[in-house]
Amino acid sequence: MKSLLSGNEAVARGAWEAGCKVATAYPGTPSTEIIENITKYPEINAEWSVNEKVALEVAAGASFAGVRALVAMKHVGLNVAADPFFTMGYSGVTGGMVVVSADDPGMWSSQNEQDNRHYGRHAKVPILEPADSREAKVFTKLGFEISEKFDTPVLLRLTTRICHSSCLVDLERRKERKVIGYVKDIRKRLVLPAHARILHTVVEERLKKLAGYSETWSYNKIERGKKTLGVITSGVSYQYAREVFPDASFLKLAFTYPLPEKLIKKFARQVKRLIVVEEGDPILETEIKAMGVKVMGKARIPLCGELTPKIVRNSFTKAKKVTRKKDEIPPRPPVLCPGCPHRGVFYIVSKLKLVATGDIGCYTLGALPPLNAMDTCVCMGASVTNAQGLEKALGKDISKKLVAVLGDSTFFHSGITGLVNAVYNKGSLNLIILDNFTTAMTGHQPHPGTGKLAKGEQGRRIPPEDVARGCGVELVRVINPNDLETTEAAIREALAYEGVTVLIFRRPCALLVKPRPPYRIDPAACNGCRLCLRIGCPAISLIFPKDREKPLAVVDEALCVGCGLCVQLCQRDAIILSGEADAQ
Amino acid sequence: MPNKRLDANNITICGVGGQGIILASDVLCYAAFLEGFDVKKSEVHGMAQRGGSVITHVRFGKKVYSPLIEEGTTDCILAFEKLEALRYIGYLRKGGTVIVDNREIPPMSVLVGQADYPTNIDQRLRKSGNIQFIDATKMALELGNIRVVNIILLGVLSKFLYFAKESWEESIRKNIKEKYVDLNVTAFIRGREF
Ligand code: SF4
Ligand code: SF4
Repeated sequence: MKSLLSGNEAVARGAWEAGCKVATAYPGTPSTEIIENITKYPEINAEWSVNEKVALEVAAGASFAGVRALVAMKHVGLNVAADPFFTMGYSGVTGGMVVVSADDPGMWSSQNEQDNRHYGRHAKVPILEPADSREAKVFTKLGFEISEKFDTPVLLRLTTRICHSSCLVDLERRKERKVIGYVKDIRKRLVLPAHARILHTVVEERLKKLAGYSETWSYNKIERGKKTLGVITSGVSYQYAREVFPDASFLKLAFTYPLPEKLIKKFARQVKRLIVVEEGDPILETEIKAMGVKVMGKARIPLCGELTPKIVRNSFTKAKKVTRKKDEIPPRPPVLCPGCPHRGVFYIVSKLKLVATGDIGCYTLGALPPLNAMDTCVCMGASVTNAQGLEKALGKDISKKLVAVLGDSTFFHSGITGLVNAVYNKGSLNLIILDNFTTAMTGHQPHPGTGKLAKGEQGRRIPPEDVARGCGVELVRVINPNDLETTEAAIREALAYEGVTVLIFRRPCALLVKPRPPYRIDPAACNGCRLCLRIGCPAISLIFPKDREKPLAVVDEALCVGCGLCVQLCQRDAIILSGEADAQ
Repeated sequence: MPNKRLDANNITICGVGGQGIILASDVLCYAAFLEGFDVKKSEVHGMAQRGGSVITHVRFGKKVYSPLIEEGTTDCILAFEKLEALRYIGYLRKGGTVIVDNREIPPMSVLVGQADYPTNIDQRLRKSGNIQFIDATKMALELGNIRVVNIILLGVLSKFLYFAKESWEESIRKNIKEKYVDLNVTAFIRGREF
C-alpha cells in the first residue's frame, strides 16, 4: 500500500516498522511532527521531554536496555544535546539508536543556519541523508540496523524541505524485536578516562569499517547519464539537480559520513566535468577535494540560504539572468495572532520603556513594530541569564528597568537553571513567564506546566509558580495579561523589588480558545487618534475615508477574536461589540 | 491548464499564515493521488505560520523530482489574499491562471504606516496571466464559517483540473473532521459552480 507522507510522518512510520519501542523529543520546527506522529502508535512509548539533552539521554537509556530508540530534534536542539551525543559515539548502543537532526536552511523558523552534518563528523557518528519521504522511511529503518551492526548511534539528517515535503511512500508491517534486556557493561557505558581511552580507539576502528560499508551501501549510487557532466549531490539538492540537469550523470550520496572514497573516485573518472550540488557548508566538496578529486561547488553555488531549483540552475548554467524590476511589495513578516495573550505584557514593557532580554517562541515576535518590546534573543533560556549578566555588568540600577521574558515551555526547557543561578548568586532579576499553557510556535505541544503527556493522557502538572518558589524566589505573582492595569501594576511592583521576582502572565494561546464575538469601531466616536494601533493587533487598521477629515480605525471582524485588549486603550469608547449600536 | 500529459503540473498556493493553506494543499494532493499521479508537496511550518506570508508548492504528474516549483513554471496560483497573489506572481508560467480571493489583509508594515497597501494589484496581476477574482471570504461567511475559504477556492480550482468530482469529495472526507465534512462539501460545490 502507498500513502502520501511528509518526511516527518515517514520517519515516524519507519521507526514503527523497525520495531522501535521508545521515542523522545522536544518540539522544534521542522522536526516536531516526527514525535507527533509517533504518538499514534501504541507500541511505541513516546514522550515530549523537557529539552533535547534530556530527550537524547532518555533514548540512550532505552538503548542501554536493549530496545530500539529514536530521538528527534531541530538542528539547534543538537547543540543542547551535544554532550550525551558525543559520549554515545564512544559508548555505542545495545538497542539501535537513531538521532534525527532536522536542519533549517533558509531559517524559516530558526535563529541560525548551522549544518549539522558537521556534528556527525565531530562526534564520529555515521550520517544518513534521505532525499525524500520514501527514503526517510527506509533510512530510519536501515539506521537502526546500521546502529546495531556497528554499535553506534546513527545521525539521520533531514532538512526543512525533507521534513515538510510529502511524496508517496510504501507502507510495510511492523517487525517486533526481542527485547535484549539490561546487561551490565561498564567498560562500554561508564566513560571513566580509563574506559574512554580504549573506546576512542574502538571508535576509530569503527569509522574505518563504516567507510568500507559506505562503499557498498546500495543507496550511494551512480545514475548513468551523459559523460560530459557529473553531479555529486545528496538530500533534497539531488531533486533540484535532477530537474536542472536531466541528462547528466549522477552520484547520489545518502551515506554521507564516512564517504565512499573509492566510489567517488570511480565516478570522477567516468565524467568530464564534476560538480557538487550541496546545500549549506561545502562538506562533501571539501572532503572530495581532499581525496585529490577536482570538483566545482561553492565557488558557484551559494553557501547561505536554502537552495531552490532556480538557484541551482543559475549557479551552473549560463541562463540569462532576467533582472525583473522588483515592484514595491510590502513585506509580510509573521506577527502575534489577534487575541494573543502576550500582547498586553509587551504593550506595557514597551510603554514603560524597559530593556527586555528575550527568548525563543512566538513571543519573539514582540520584538517587531509597533511593540518593539524585546532587546535580545540568543537561545532557549538565555533571557534569564542574559539579564543577570547585564545586571552583573551595570549594577542594581539597571534591574529597575530590566525584565527577562520567556515562555512557559522555554522556562521548563532551560529557564530554570538560570533562575536558580540568579537566586543563588544574589541577582536582582525580574523574570516574566508568558504562560499560555502550551508550546505554541511549534503547533501546540504540552509541557510539564500543562500536565498533559504526549499521547494526551494526564501526567503530573508542575506549575511554574511552584518551581519559582522552590527555587527560592520570594516575590511570585500569577496575573491575567489581558487586564492592562493589573499587568502594569505587577510589573512596576517587580521592578521596585530588591531581589529575584517571577511574574507569571497566564492566559491560554488565542488559537486554543474559541473566539469570542468580534468588536467593531463606532465611526461616530472614533477620532482616528491611533491609540488602539499601538498594541499591533493585525485585526485593527486605519483607513482614510474621503468624507472624513480624520482617519478612522477599523476592525476586520473576520480576524478579531474578541479579546477586548484594544477596548482598554480607546479613550472615547469607540470600540464596541459588533452587535452594539453606534453612539448617536 | 494542467493535464496528464505533462511530466509535472504545478500549483502554487499562497496567502497569510493561519488561513488554512496547508489544509488546502493536503486536500489537493490527496485528490491528485487518487487520480493516480505521482505527487509532491512542500510547505513551511513554525514561525511563518503566525500571520506571515506563506507559500505551498504542489506538484503532480508521471514522475516528480523537486518538491519546489521553479519560478515561471507554475500552472496555477491559488491565492488567499491579493497582496500575496502579487508577491508570488513570478512563479506563474506564460498563460497560467491566478485564482484569487478578493480579500485584502494589510501586513503589519502597512498597519504601522511604514508602507502602503498597493492600490493597483488588479491591474498588475492582469498583466501576468488569466486572473479570476472570487469573493471567497464573503461566500464563506455566508456559509457561516470563515474557515471554509480554502475549500471554496479549491472548488474554483477544480474546474481547471481534470479530476473526478468523487476524488475531491473523498479527499475532503479524508482530510477534514467528520462533523465539518458536509459544510466543506457544500463549500466546495459553491466554488466549483462559481
Ligand atoms: S500561536 Fe498563540 S502564543 Fe503564538 S502568537 Fe498566536 S496566540 Fe500568541
Ligand atoms: S478585541 Fe481588539 S485586540 Fe482583541 S483581537 Fe479584536 S481587534 Fe484585536
